[in-house]
Amino acid sequence: MPIYLPIAEMTVDVFLLLGMGAVIGFLSGMFGVGGGFLMTPLLIFIGVPPAVAVASQANQIVASSVSGVFAHWRRGNVDFKMGLVLLAGGIAGSFVGAGIFTLLEKIGQVELLISLSYVFFLGIIGFMMLFESVGALVKQKRGTMKRRKLHQHTFLHGLPFKMRFRRSKLYISAMLPLGIGFLVGILSAIMGVGGGFIMVPAMIYLLGVPTNVVVGTSLFQIIFVSANVTFLHAVATQTVDAMLALLLLAGAVIGAQFGTRFSSRLRGEYVRGLLALMVVIVCGKMAYDLVATPLDAYSISVIGDE
Amino acid sequence: MRHWIPCFLLTLAMALPAASARAAAPLLTDISSHLVSVTSSFTGTDLLIFGAIDTVPDAPRGDIVIVVRGPAQDVVVRRKERVAGIWVNSTAFTFKSLPGFYAVAASAPLAEILSASQARRLEVGSENLRFTPEKGLGDPEAPLFKTALIRNRLRDGLFSRETATVSFLGGTLFRANIHIPANVPVGSYTASIYLFRDGDIIEGQTTSLLIQKFGVGRTIFDFAHDQPFFYALIAVLLALLSGWAAALFFRRD
Repeated sequence: MPIYLPIAEMTVDVFLLLGMGAVIGFLSGMFGVGGGFLMTPLLIFIGVPPAVAVASQANQIVASSVSGVFAHWRRGNVDFKMGLVLLAGGIAGSFVGAGIFTLLEKIGQVELLISLSYVFFLGIIGFMMLFESVGALVKQKRGTMKRRKLHQHTFLHGLPFKMRFRRSKLYISAMLPLGIGFLVGILSAIMGVGGGFIMVPAMIYLLGVPTNVVVGTSLFQIIFVSANVTFLHAVATQTVDAMLALLLLAGAVIGAQFGTRFSSRLRGEYVRGLLALMVVIVCGKMAYDLVATPLDAYSISVIGDE
Repeated sequence: MRHWIPCFLLTLAMALPAASARAAAPLLTDISSHLVSVTSSFTGTDLLIFGAIDTVPDAPRGDIVIVVRGPAQDVVVRRKERVAGIWVNSTAFTFKSLPGFYAVAASAPLAEILSASQARRLEVGSENLRFTPEKGLGDPEAPLFKTALIRNRLRDGLFSRETATVSFLGGTLFRANIHIPANVPVGSYTASIYLFRDGDIIEGQTTSLLIQKFGVGRTIFDFAHDQPFFYALIAVLLALLSGWAAALFFRRD
């Protein structure tokens, strides 16, 4: 059943969008990530203009993180204080990111920016996760799993403006979560992602936030950052396709429920390893597109009607 | 009351030559629809352009050429070049007043109907379209970008690769189908219909039609562009609500 997307200005099959939403939702439920990093490239792949893909995806992430945060909230796994500090950084970052995006769209380099950001960040995160999960599996086989400390003290803990985060059992400089929030805010505006895939490892490895609090807290702040990103894109470039976002969302919500149920049957190392593999594949595809000789070196874009 | 009759006759007398002149017009044309609505289920449509030509017995019938043009647009053409192994958009040319859609139909191969100079003058055939770069008119690379622009438009189906057929029914009636793809730009279109005989243009007519977004899609598009702030507000609220509803619906307690 075809449907005309009013902002993307193209006709797509409804079931294709619902199906994409369901598959990505399933994966995001299974791996506990937003799935934006998979959805945005997929949307671009089916012909949605990159600017529309990024902006509409931000709108969809608002919904999926709201639906995800409730379960964590009920279990008390949201550190609101930490979330608000991350958020302050995130809002500032998303202004900067949206500014860069708008500027580069004018000079025709926005696709390059999106691809480069994807290749760079997915590459780093993907390989780190892959090594970590393979390493964990190997260690487990050898039976040499050491019990880790709660967190290690590094120079990061010597920074000023210390703040106490009760639920995370941390006493650290507020500059750290502010900075991480800021960076992820920029990426969120540029890549059309919630940024969970960067936020989560950063919170675990850099801040030492306990794993059970990480996902809920990151989801909590992603809601507001992606709401802000949606706002900025809608006002600056009118590229938010609410119809597209709603269709993806409908599929994603259902898919996510099945994904969550399925993941409880798999071992954590396998789940992380699979996710890493997927991240590396998406990264590889985008890197290939950057390097491979394009079919037509010339591309066109309409800049104004008379 | 008596004054009405001469008055009526006078009007009739004046109208008659006009009416007969119209009947003698060599070309009468129309389009199946002057308003195409792009609704939320729009997958493209076919425009039927039809008409009649007035033929003189024993004279050649003549040939019909139809040119359909979409709204004028400004288009940037960018060329990717390899920079440190990566393909990056570098050189760019901006072209003004390029039709957003362009299609030609003819009753015979174009070369048999009109001369190359006539084709250029009437802009028949995408290679004869007149559009110039905003800057760098004399740049030796400009023609490369112009060809690339046409190639991209052909690939998107917005310029037609082949000339559509104008078919004749009997001696005087003709019809042609012009396919309008799903990705056409909205705006005002023109259809120019020319009658040629022995390499001379006998008559030309231009009618206009409107392609408009309609229904929900139109409302969303207008709202997003006219009230971006409130559009964003509603988009975000909608997302918050549907996320919340989903959480409630799938709650496992």
